[in-house]
Amino acid sequence: MLNKLARWSRIKSPWILHLNSGACNACDIEIVAALTPRFDVERFGILLKATPRHADVIIATGPVTRQIKDRIIRIYEQTPDPKFVIAVGACAMAGCVYRGAYNIMGGLDQVIPVDMYVPGCPARPDAIIDGVVKLLGKL
Amino acid sequence: MSFQIPIGPQHPALKEPISLRMTVDGEVITDADIRLGYNHRGLEKLAEEKTWVQNIYLTERICGICSHSHATCYVQAVEKLMEIMPPRRGLYIRYLVSELERVHSHLLWLGVAGHEAGFDSFFMYTWRDREIVMDLLEMISGNRVHYAMNTIGGVRRDIDEGQKAKILEGVVTLRKRSEYYFGIGANEPSFVARIAGVGMLTKQQAIDLCAVGPVARASGVARDVRKEDPYAVYDELDFNVCTSDSCDVLGRVVVRVMELLQSYNMIEQMVKGLPDGDIVVKAPRKAKPGEALSRYEAPRGENVHYIKSNGTDKPERLKVRAPTLGNYPATMVMLKKGFIADIPLIFAAIDPCICCAERAVTLISARSGEESVVTMSDLRRQALDRSKNTPVKGKSVWPF
Repeated sequence: MLNKLARWSRIKSPWILHLNSGACNACDIEIVAALTPRFDVERFGILLKATPRHADVIIATGPVTRQIKDRIIRIYEQTPDPKFVIAVGACAMAGCVYRGAYNIMGGLDQVIPVDMYVPGCPARPDAIIDGVVKLLGKL
Repeated sequence: MSFQIPIGPQHPALKEPISLRMTVDGEVITDADIRLGYNHRGLEKLAEEKTWVQNIYLTERICGICSHSHATCYVQAVEKLMEIMPPRRGLYIRYLVSELERVHSHLLWLGVAGHEAGFDSFFMYTWRDREIVMDLLEMISGNRVHYAMNTIGGVRRDIDEGQKAKILEGVVTLRKRSEYYFGIGANEPSFVARIAGVGMLTKQQAIDLCAVGPVARASGVARDVRKEDPYAVYDELDFNVCTSDSCDVLGRVVVRVMELLQSYNMIEQMVKGLPDGDIVVKAPRKAKPGEALSRYEAPRGENVHYIKSNGTDKPERLKVRAPTLGNYPATMVMLKKGFIADIPLIFAAIDPCICCAERAVTLISARSGEESVVTMSDLRRQALDRSKNTPVKGKSVWPF
């Protein structure tokens, strides 16, 4: 019963953290665009949170650079359970055009576990919203 | 008593990974320091392994906000090297997209500035209007962010009469809205009180520290590559360089809104005066040995690409000087003597684009103060050389 209630409340209003791990800004502005009037995910209760300690879902963009790797792990550990990670864009999936560069570790799944991938370079806001909705449907 | 406050790399005020160290005395910042490298991807090295055409795709991904700027700057340099001249229609379409991109970037920035000043309805308004220009860009190029319009020798997509009409229609709406923002930016008392007098940078400091783009123009330095060194179509267009003498964040807001209005004029001129003809000429596969430098006025300031060719189908060296890098020294001055609460506002006011700026590692020798820029592979070689000769110590202790 309690589990059911917790799951219901989680599905209703997921709070997200935007994590940039070395992205080119394109996916990042599309994430912000998803919050603004045209797409407006805030009407569903999806809020962008500033700190990982408040977040349920980490939306990560960009390939993982060597310098930021430890920070990403730390941010992931700071996020309270249950937590979900969505990798947005081709870079977060596999490194995209930066694949093979000396400072790139590869996709986000090289560092932290990922629950959902949203493809695109950059992913459109509608695709990002679709990714979040599909993730919530999995719960 | 002074404290050090670390800000970032993951911080609510900064959308991108960068770390700032602020030394504060009470509320006042006495010293500021930037730690870079969180977004360093090694793009310049990567460019050396790709062909001229593949590099258009790569340079476009230096930055997602000024993607067309970097691609255009690169393509200009390659066209200089290959000694080809794109057709007039191709050039007009290329710089039409440039100006549309400037509009989207400035609207985006206005929203962010409003957000940092605690004026969130302004943020939502400008981002709503930004979707108009995003739709126009999507209609022209098929993409919202990375337009992929450029190719060596011209552009890849033509525009037709219906698209022209839609662009003009969109510009009319945007102009009306921007004039409204100009009214808000200049007259709304609480907004003005928040941003006036914050982040001062005098005219002399802006010149000394080589500030670029709207930051320099807001300090009264009329510096604009489009006017000073007109490239391609800009000598045929009628526009003014917008400046402000207030030297603070308010000036930067006003300059950007005025530039929006100038951009609308330029877009209308380019759409109405669009010449007929081809949009692209065939480019050779290889470039002659030599070097080329190209300048481009990106939304954030002057963007410089340097290319060295060795006669093959790949560049030997690509060097990018992004506008944000030119504005870092000025930011350090702006932050000093300011308050902690102003940090996001001041930092946002240079419109930082971290991903543009991060490609080289700079070593500063503490003994001689000498600066040298090295690539990561050189750094690794130096480290290996040094460790070869040092005896291995059994119980080394990390000094911090």
